[in-house]
Amino acid sequence: MMPRAKLKAQKRDAAQARLAALSLPQGGGWVTRARTAARARLLDMGLPVKRDEYWRYTDPRDLTSDQFAAAKVLKITDEEPAFSAVDRVKLVFVDGVFDALASDDPALAGVEISLLLDVANTDLHWAQDIYGKLEARGQLPVERPLAAFNTAFAQQGVLIRATAKAAKPVALVYLRSHEHADAIMHHIVRVEQGAELTLLENGPVAARFNQVIEAEIGAGGTLHHVRTQGRDHDRAGSAHLFAQLGQGAQLKSFTLTANGRLVRNEAMIWLDGQGGSAHIAGATVGDGAFHHDDTVFVTHGAQGGESRQVFKKVLRNGAVGVFQGKILVEQAAQQTDGYQISQALLLDENAQFLAKPELEIYADDVKCSHGSTSGEIDPAQLFYLRARGVPEAKAKMLLVLAFLAEALDEIADPDLAEDLRGRMESWLQRHS
Amino acid sequence: MVALDETQLREGVDRETVETVQSMAGTYKHGWETDIEMEFAPKGLNEDIVRLISEKNKEPEWLLEWRLEAYRRWLTMESPDWAMLKIPEIDYQEQYYYAKPKSMVEKPKSLDDVDPKLLETYAKLGIPLKEQMILAGVEGADEGRKVAVDAVFDSVSLGTTFKDELKKAGVIFCSISEAVQDHPDLVKKYLGSVVPQNDNYFAALNSAVFSDGSFVYIPAGVKCPMELSTYFRINAENTGQFERTLIVAEKGASVSYLEGCTAPKRDTTQLHAAVVEIVILEDADVKYSTVQNWFPGDENGKGGIYNFVTKRADCREDRAKVMWTQVETGSAITWKYPSCILRGDDTQGEFYSIAIANNWQQADTGTKMVHLGKNSRSRIVSKGISAGHAQNTYRGLVSMHPKATNSRNYTQCDSLLIGDKCGAHTVPYIEVRNASSRVEHEATTSKVDDDQLFYCRQRGMDEEEAVALVVNGFCKEVLQELPMEFAMEAQALVAISLEGSVG
Repeated sequence: MMPRAKLKAQKRDAAQARLAALSLPQGGGWVTRARTAARARLLDMGLPVKRDEYWRYTDPRDLTSDQFAAAKVLKITDEEPAFSAVDRVKLVFVDGVFDALASDDPALAGVEISLLLDVANTDLHWAQDIYGKLEARGQLPVERPLAAFNTAFAQQGVLIRATAKAAKPVALVYLRSHEHADAIMHHIVRVEQGAELTLLENGPVAARFNQVIEAEIGAGGTLHHVRTQGRDHDRAGSAHLFAQLGQGAQLKSFTLTANGRLVRNEAMIWLDGQGGSAHIAGATVGDGAFHHDDTVFVTHGAQGGESRQVFKKVLRNGAVGVFQGKILVEQAAQQTDGYQISQALLLDENAQFLAKPELEIYADDVKCSHGSTSGEIDPAQLFYLRARGVPEAKAKMLLVLAFLAEALDEIADPDLAEDLRGRMESWLQRHS
Repeated sequence: MVALDETQLREGVDRETVETVQSMAGTYKHGWETDIEMEFAPKGLNEDIVRLISEKNKEPEWLLEWRLEAYRRWLTMESPDWAMLKIPEIDYQEQYYYAKPKSMVEKPKSLDDVDPKLLETYAKLGIPLKEQMILAGVEGADEGRKVAVDAVFDSVSLGTTFKDELKKAGVIFCSISEAVQDHPDLVKKYLGSVVPQNDNYFAALNSAVFSDGSFVYIPAGVKCPMELSTYFRINAENTGQFERTLIVAEKGASVSYLEGCTAPKRDTTQLHAAVVEIVILEDADVKYSTVQNWFPGDENGKGGIYNFVTKRADCREDRAKVMWTQVETGSAITWKYPSCILRGDDTQGEFYSIAIANNWQQADTGTKMVHLGKNSRSRIVSKGISAGHAQNTYRGLVSMHPKATNSRNYTQCDSLLIGDKCGAHTVPYIEVRNASSRVEHEATTSKVDDDQLFYCRQRGMDEEEAVALVVNGFCKEVLQELPMEFAMEAQALVAISLEGSVG
């Protein structure tokens, strides 16, 4: 067998072996159909391996195997969890399982909230047009087998439908209690025409997690998504955001990641309607055995769309930052404005930055650019601050925060942005 | 297919630019063929063909073994599928791997003995095979500038000019088949040392069946007294060209090397899989310039050359320098990544490229800068222009190894789209494994930049003048890196610099 066919066969065998011991969760009509289809997709694609082009910088083994390392639960006493001060509807998951007692009453004006577990037996639900559908769409042109795995086996998750401007943010809080928990969660978000929703996520989730969000944003709708991935050092996980935007729809998604042994965040965005706008941003601070991967794919399918990808990584002491970003502009998407920046600040010689920022463009009247840089703190800037009496540690912190600022600027709510900025500052203090 | 004439010209794209791009594929100048009797090896590829090529070149045993090993490795490999190219399946058994003009069977002693028909071919291409000839357009210098030429016709080298003068300087410039006879130790030492036999599918194929190519050896401390040039011509039908070039620059040596290529117009596609290896030792520098103008296929995408090329320079010792400059206008398919291995400390690699794809051409080209030595520096400037139904991709790697501290890279790739049926893509890989190195990558895809236009208009230029000026600037950075001899040809080819546009 020639090498490529052999690799494909190995991947399929691995998927077979992985699924052999797993049976699809019980459920009703539409959920079961979606799960069965996802399982078939996965068996056809096979499990990802490091030799896959899409995984060249991140080894997926710890995300795919049935064995995974225990992760110590970190008791954090030196700061409040993110978004604690925000007036929000809180939905709590412990090790990936919904905890009704710890959660708020999900009644919220302009928003319908239900649990995947509760609606999985119904024959009809609005989520059936989305569940597994966006994930399936996202398998082209690049396969995302972990997301198919999620669709097939997730039992936990929330379905959120905004029909007007939500009165408060909906906050998903992920707590950990167990060293071995393996969480699979699948959330569905639908923002109806002209509606607006803020979705917050925070917490360390589980020892290992596989999370998918499928979001459909109707014409003129807005989704704000702000996520923090907590400080636990040992946890590993992958998250996928699939978002489909209608005419004039807006998406702003921001993720702050501090530590974690292995995190892969994928975003697959389609600007289907004219004049849609998607901003995907991330700030990463990593120290030690830390591997963080942002993989973003933005497809402009209609005229006059705008997209921004802004990713900033501060890395030290062996930490590895990965960025794979793509802007795809289809032939119909004239007058597209696409921008992408990925930058790494390496605080010592052991850190690594690996990037593949891509453009693929089939329309001529577009403005697309990308930039990517990597380097250490600029000694001239440091000197400037020190010459003005700023102590070295303080000066470095100022420069690092200034470096991260462009990503934080993508958060619309200034209070949320300030909260996260403060968290980065404390992180830097702890790790200086 | 929508001809460019019918393409709606967008505001901001100059008609002259469009016409120039169009003229290059539409009216391929070098599409004629030379009618000459050829000697072919039988069609197809197997170990016997490999043995036959080796025998025809009177090669020593080790080289035959080397070829056979490459062939056996090739059988276990697959054609790469990662480039953004739609490559129709190639039947490797339907090609001729060796074609030689009959008159060359008995090797001519000098160029004077070469069949005049062959010499005419090169005269018609404007390639000077007579030593007294001075290149057109290069006036001013008292004696004119001399360029030594190695002319490769299908599978064989016809001859090399200025041999004696080069010999006086200690420079060896000959075909690789001659080098195997006359300088076997050098060839054995360096062949495959930069691009190993199994480096990739096409390099393995080349290693098995390469027939000729150029060999350059510049001894320590010698600055090559003239530019060296190889001119490749594919003439015979259904014949692949597999040339192999090996350049060695010893300590403190310096050379500028030019490469040109053309082929006749035909309905069927033809295969070209070349390997260029460059070894650069301490303080030496090599400048390698290419104007690639293989037949690109007609305006319906019929015919054309499939161009799969592996080019790599190894800056093996400290302060070695290499510069690749390429103007890629030909070929139906281009798969080519001239690379720099910056092994020594303070080494330097540069890559300047203009790639123009029109009609149904597909180009996936770029470079690799592999920084292994401390304080190594690299610079990449790539300009891609797409028109018609063409797809043009920049693909590049910048890799900073942990030990390559204090290194620098700057990359700039710009793409210009003319018409909405074509594509322009950028696929850079950036791998930084130490903190003190700085890597900067910038890429843009656009029509002509509005800010620049606005700036020019503000200063009183009319729209057309402003556009001319901006487009003029688009390719300049690359064109100015070409040696004089090529700059002329390249400018005519690209002609993005518009007459009288500087107001």
